Amino acid sequence: MKKTIITVVGKDTVGIIAKVCTYLADNGINILDISQTIVQGYFNMMMIVDTNNMNKQFGDMADELAALGEAIGVVIKCQKEEIFDKMHRI
Amino acid sequence: MINLYEVTETNKMIEKENLDVRTITLGISLLDCIDSDLQKLNDKIYAKIYEAAKDLVKTGEIISREFGIPIVNKRISVTPIALIGGAACKTVEDFASIAKTLDKVAHEVGVNFIGGYSALVSKGMTAADELLIRSIPLALSTTERVCSSVNLGSTKTGINMDAVKLMGEMIIQTAEYTKEDDSLGCAKLVVFCNAPDDNPFMAGAFHGVTEADKIINVGVSGPGVVKTALEKVRGENFEVLCETIKKTAFKVTRVGQLVAQEASKMLNVPFGIVDLSLAPTPAIGDSVADILCEIGLEYAGAPGTTAALALLNDQVKKGGVMASSYVGGLSGAFIPVSEDQGMIDAVVAGALTLEKLEAMTCVCSVGLDMIAIPGDTKATTISGIIADEMAIGMVNQKTTAVRIIPVIGKGVGETVEFGGLLGYAPIMPVNPFSCDAFVNRGGRIPAPIHSFKN
Repeated sequence: MKKTIITVVGKDTVGIIAKVCTYLADNGINILDISQTIVQGYFNMMMIVDTNNMNKQFGDMADELAALGEAIGVVIKCQKEEIFDKMHRI
Repeated sequence: MINLYEVTETNKMIEKENLDVRTITLGISLLDCIDSDLQKLNDKIYAKIYEAAKDLVKTGEIISREFGIPIVNKRISVTPIALIGGAACKTVEDFASIAKTLDKVAHEVGVNFIGGYSALVSKGMTAADELLIRSIPLALSTTERVCSSVNLGSTKTGINMDAVKLMGEMIIQTAEYTKEDDSLGCAKLVVFCNAPDDNPFMAGAFHGVTEADKIINVGVSGPGVVKTALEKVRGENFEVLCETIKKTAFKVTRVGQLVAQEASKMLNVPFGIVDLSLAPTPAIGDSVADILCEIGLEYAGAPGTTAALALLNDQVKKGGVMASSYVGGLSGAFIPVSEDQGMIDAVVAGALTLEKLEAMTCVCSVGLDMIAIPGDTKATTISGIIADEMAIGMVNQKTTAVRIIPVIGKGVGETVEFGGLLGYAPIMPVNPFSCDAFVNRGGRIPAPIHSFKN
């Protein structure tokens, strides 16, 4: 399974998760795990998603999510899971 | 499964602490390009490099995007040109024409440096080696992206003092030829003792003859990450300090290993090594000197600096070897002056001298690096500095190097600006006493007793 980590960081507002999830659903991306906290008014979310059946290229998804984030006022980043796995697991 | 804390830690390293992959370097063997006809030789070199490297930059960008990690430089190293050009080149201009070919193909494929305008003369020089060395000033002043290196000694062979003397002269000549640009040519020229065949970092990268046809070597970096990790253990004892550096080096190296494997897969070129160096840049927070300060020194250069650097270098290696099965190149802490804001500050404050830097090179990963000296320094004095550094490498069985820039027209107290990753540097005073008679003896220094291990 090809997993991607999506991180969303920024000022909390209504509908962040809804908008991100709608985008993922529209593009055939399955959410495997979500964790989220709010620290001093700042929204901090990590999603682990399965991109096996995604209907576009990784780069396009990353660009579109970044643009979506800009519209909501948060920063959205997509990274393949391996970078975290390699760094934090032996 | 990966948790939020781990993801945040990794991304903080990348965004705030300047964690990056410093270079993906594609090593390309040019041995099959050798021809006695200069034009044919140049054509073959261009064709082989272009074919091998045309996707290098694009691949680096894709990997960078997928993992969200900056890959700062994409570079090429080639077989030492003295070996490749020997049959075709009869004059310094002939050799310089190869440098122009390398420069042209580097521009074409979009890499920012190409290394390997080199000669390996640790025991003696062939006619071609000497001709290549004599062509270095012309080659570096007529190209932009070509880097040159010369191996002058090794633990097994001793030091070729004839070549050391010649290189002193060539460094001055390179400075003269590029004096309009603050002698920038010398920033692209390095001399080695015990040069490694698989170093991905410039200016000293070349593709050794023991290597495969093509190979991917990756250099990681991250002084800022180590510095930040150490901020959390202020006042703790050496055991805690060492453990922290080791863990951090492990994490940084794993990223390098991942990038190297991906690049190798995408380019269909075997993976060579990860060079786990702490390579500083002039950016704030990307400094090896700052790590030394965090360990407990007021400035780099204060008493205790050599010990702190030895500890740092060793722990980086210990953490790194666990993270990658193939570690190579230079691997350790670099201590360039102009490329490290903390080192520059130490020189300006009067804490760091050339002599202290020399002591530090006994325990760091390379040697005297990116040091600006007065333009009126004698060639023999530069040869003397080189000989000292080569002796340290030879006796300690380590790689040492000298990349020194006599800035024509400038003196102590002035500053020279190289720009970009090369940074800027205050001009440092050099010991004014002469070593002419020593350098002019000629011949070579024999290999040390402990080289006889057979």
